[in-house]
Amino acid sequence: MLKVNNIDVFYGNIHALKEVSLEVNEGEIVTLIGANGAGKSTLLKTLSGLLKPKKGEVLYQTQQIGGKPAQAIVKVGISHVPEGRRVFSTMSVEENLELGAYLRTDREEIKKDIANVYGLFPILGERRKQPSGTLSGGEQQMLAMGRALMAKPKLLLLDEPSMGLAPLIVKQIFEIIKMVNEKGTTVLLVEQNANMALSIANRAYVIETGKIVLSGTAKELQESEQVKAAYLGGL
Amino acid sequence: MEWIQQLVNGISLGSIYALIALGYTMVYGIIKLINFAHGDVFMLGAFIGFYAISRWEIGFFPALIISMVLCAIIGVIIERVAYKRLRSATRIAALITAIGVSLLIEYTVIFFRGASPEAYPEVLPKSSINILGVNISSISILILAVTIVLMILLQFIVHKTKIGKAMRAVSLDADAARLMGINVDNTISATFAIGSALAGAAGVIFGVYYTRIEPLMGVLPGLKAFIAAVFGGIGSIPGAMVGGLSLGLVETVVSALGFSLWRDAAAFVILILILILKPSGIFGKNTREKV
Repeated sequence: MLKVNNIDVFYGNIHALKEVSLEVNEGEIVTLIGANGAGKSTLLKTLSGLLKPKKGEVLYQTQQIGGKPAQAIVKVGISHVPEGRRVFSTMSVEENLELGAYLRTDREEIKKDIANVYGLFPILGERRKQPSGTLSGGEQQMLAMGRALMAKPKLLLLDEPSMGLAPLIVKQIFEIIKMVNEKGTTVLLVEQNANMALSIANRAYVIETGKIVLSGTAKELQESEQVKAAYLGGL
Repeated sequence: MEWIQQLVNGISLGSIYALIALGYTMVYGIIKLINFAHGDVFMLGAFIGFYAISRWEIGFFPALIISMVLCAIIGVIIERVAYKRLRSATRIAALITAIGVSLLIEYTVIFFRGASPEAYPEVLPKSSINILGVNISSISILILAVTIVLMILLQFIVHKTKIGKAMRAVSLDADAARLMGINVDNTISATFAIGSALAGAAGVIFGVYYTRIEPLMGVLPGLKAFIAAVFGGIGSIPGAMVGGLSLGLVETVVSALGFSLWRDAAAFVILILILILKPSGIFGKNTREKV
């Protein structure tokens, strides 16, 4: 579904990604784990068009999407839930969801999908008129995910959904990620919480200082000594 | 009952400030630029209205609409030619460019038609309406009505339409807006178009009300509208409306008390006081961040 071939990306003067290749197949949950500053977010930003690769190609299905503007990428079916949620704080929950459907014109379907998001996250339904800046961190994460789903993506890019959240909320969020995936959305999940990410993923990549250093099935990585030592608390 | 007359004058003047201030505040909200050329778009609007009325002999409303449309186009051209390439430059570079654009517009107009003032043709009937024993000119009432209609229209666009929601989203977080599929460049252009159209309307209204226009007429009202925007809280649309009206009223009161020479100073005293006491303005938001 998504194929990244040898991309090089610069973040200002920093060479943030070096010949990175990875692949996501339809229906999978693929996770990318790595420490702070390893290049995880840079990779997602490149996939969603916020950054442009200097070299290499990004193939989505059969289209070359590397370097295209973000709106073109949303249109082909890739939605990105950014790190730190980035909800539109003074706008209401419902307005945020409407913006998620910005490129869609099917008004009736949009209404139904907003109702679906409220079904998935009932708390958002209760707070639909509230400015999203007043929500808790977990609620904002739910909103950011719901907003991305409003674009009806085939591939969902999630950047650190667990960041700053209480363990119980993290669990809830991950259950929803699994549910979204089971309903047919492919997921590329970036996480520092490697334990959690590997527990729901099919396959995983490990990124260190801009390079993919390890890849395999989630199970293989969970058992790898290298990963255990560096990311799973050294057990 | 003279104070009611003054009140009406103040509201008329304040409406003009408010219409200009809206453009300042909207552009600032979306690209964090104080567009100092905005006062000159107001001047161009006044001249477009003047030529439309005197050369083509059309009425007030068609002239208002022509002026708004042309100013919208001029605003978009200014943004695309001068500011767009400076999006990632420092803010001071963009600010200096804005001052450059301002001078360019002023002196291009002087180059082509000279610096002499022009008398606005009488396009509206000079009648007055008696309300509670006070004669209020119909022009004042019309100005107020046009301003209110434009402000309601603006509120509708910003809060209910797709482009308005996109404008708010871009001003809150441009990258997140991109991830929604919003075309940020077009949204910024739309903001310039709307702000400039309002300045164009203010220009025609100014011409009809004060009857004297000249190429440098945009400088002082531009600065005062900027003060009004800061007073209301720059970036805030209701703030620009309230700020503009308040400033108009304050200036009229200062004149009415016999200090008409101090009128301009009053505006700047207000600016200094806001910057000392509440730099974020009356409707300014304290930005909060949740981790």
